[in-house]
Amino acid sequence: MKFLKDTWLMFQRYLMVFLRNPAWVAIGVIQPLLYLVLFAPLLKSLVHLSGFPAGGAYNVFVPGLLIQLGLFGASGVGFGLIAELRAGVIERFRVTPVSRFALLLGRALRDIVTMMVQSLILLLLAIPFGLKPTVVGIIVMLGLVALIGLGMSSLAYAAALALKSEDSYAPLIFTLSLPLLLLSGVLLPLDLAPQWLQDIAKANPLSYAVNAARDLFNGKGFDQAVFEGLAIMAALAVVGVLIGARRFTRAIA
Amino acid sequence: MIETHDLRKTFKSRKGPVDAVAGVDLDVKKGEIFGFLGPNGAGKTTTLRMLSTLLPPTSGEATVAGFDLRREPAKVRYVIGYVSQEGSSAPEVPGRVELVMQGRLYGMSKQHAVARAAELIESLELADCADRPTKTYSGGQKRRLDIGIGLMHLPQLLFLDEPTTGLDPQSRARMWDEVRRLRDTGTTVFLTTHYLEEADALSDRIGIIDHGKIVALGTPDELKRQVAGDVVIVGTDNASDRVLQLLKGQSFVREATSADSLVRLYVDRGETAMPQIIRALDSAGIPLASLSLTRPSLDDVFLRQTGRSLREAA
Repeated sequence: MKFLKDTWLMFQRYLMVFLRNPAWVAIGVIQPLLYLVLFAPLLKSLVHLSGFPAGGAYNVFVPGLLIQLGLFGASGVGFGLIAELRAGVIERFRVTPVSRFALLLGRALRDIVTMMVQSLILLLLAIPFGLKPTVVGIIVMLGLVALIGLGMSSLAYAAALALKSEDSYAPLIFTLSLPLLLLSGVLLPLDLAPQWLQDIAKANPLSYAVNAARDLFNGKGFDQAVFEGLAIMAALAVVGVLIGARRFTRAIA
Repeated sequence: MIETHDLRKTFKSRKGPVDAVAGVDLDVKKGEIFGFLGPNGAGKTTTLRMLSTLLPPTSGEATVAGFDLRREPAKVRYVIGYVSQEGSSAPEVPGRVELVMQGRLYGMSKQHAVARAAELIESLELADCADRPTKTYSGGQKRRLDIGIGLMHLPQLLFLDEPTTGLDPQSRARMWDEVRRLRDTGTTVFLTTHYLEEADALSDRIGIIDHGKIVALGTPDELKRQVAGDVVIVGTDNASDRVLQLLKGQSFVREATSADSLVRLYVDRGETAMPQIIRALDSAGIPLASLSLTRPSLDDVFLRQTGRSLREAA
């Protein structure tokens, strides 16, 4: 009970902190919108290439964009935690009887909610461009985003707690997220890639999420790729939360 | 309220283990202000962090507010408050929100937390800024909010880490009053400081720590008396030799020296020595020009125990 209550308190706190900073809210929406307006049109001329997945440019690109949103959204969350470490807020919480797990989960839930809202906005904005979503597709897609958010945010928090400074956290995040992004097939489908690149991408859990997301919008519906993507993202979430929770329960020296 | 026995913390470093706290024995009584004095890096904050459950001790025993620190840290947390040196509030969050949040983490109902927060905002004079984000606060306001956060759940024991570092003299005086008021309402206060004046003026009892070890423990007066008692300075008109001869033999004088027609008498208790000196000079018919009493400072205590001046060590 205490754990659930503490998680809710933390969730409320961090949602308030997020909403008090309108710049972050705006960036969260504008960034994917820029991709939608400034990048997606390029894909239109590639649609007829052999190997380009069926379903039209937006139905291929937008689902991947949501995965990217999850990845980038989560990778930035550690900055907030580092700022709080410096302000002494985390230490203050540690002296209270607050559930240590709630310190992680409350934040991660906030991240999930903001990502889901951004995703929904993006999906709705993409409809006039030609995205053809189904209700079930949207719901499962949001579930996928939530799992990515939970797993990646937890890992980002664990990294932030371990590194304790922006100077080491930022390079780590940029070094890791770029190959993860490139090897996920978000920007261009990996079907267009040479075999060796496709093989490497298979080691990237996010590539499964991207495949799953695409099939949710190209009319294929619940196929094996969707289940694979959900299962792998669920596993990522479990691993991420375990690592994050372990970090949060350990003392900060 | 706090009892420790041979409390130790050893950190690993590249150059090998470092004993930040090397066997501390403390006994803090209920309802007192205990000042933990020492130069920077002496082990004050490490001890404080261990006692407030933030840092597990490497070895040793400690009981805090009746609970075993190592076996029952969760119970300790309910009855202690901790105010760190670094602050405790998020810049974008208003002070009132921080206070309410803190209360709720201790299991207070929303109404209760809101009422308690209002009470603290009133008593800590934060009404003007309570609903503004804390990044707009002055140093003094911020520190008072930190204290308020530490007091939200009415702890029996409050830890204050360097409560006045970085404050202007006015805010410092105000903080001292606040700490005394806390003690008067029954809260035990454990504070660290590297300011001699602060430890002296504020503490009921003092522990002096250096290189991870307690070098002196007692009330400020006891500690100073340990050093050399008091110094009474007798001024005469060209009669210092006679005064010296006369007073050297008195039983209450430990040591006497003279220079520049002033005689310095080292005595156990200056208050009782002064009338005796006056009587002795009177009956010998030596006119007295001046008489003054000085006390050794805590710096003398530190100097005697460590061979260094605290002002230099800090």
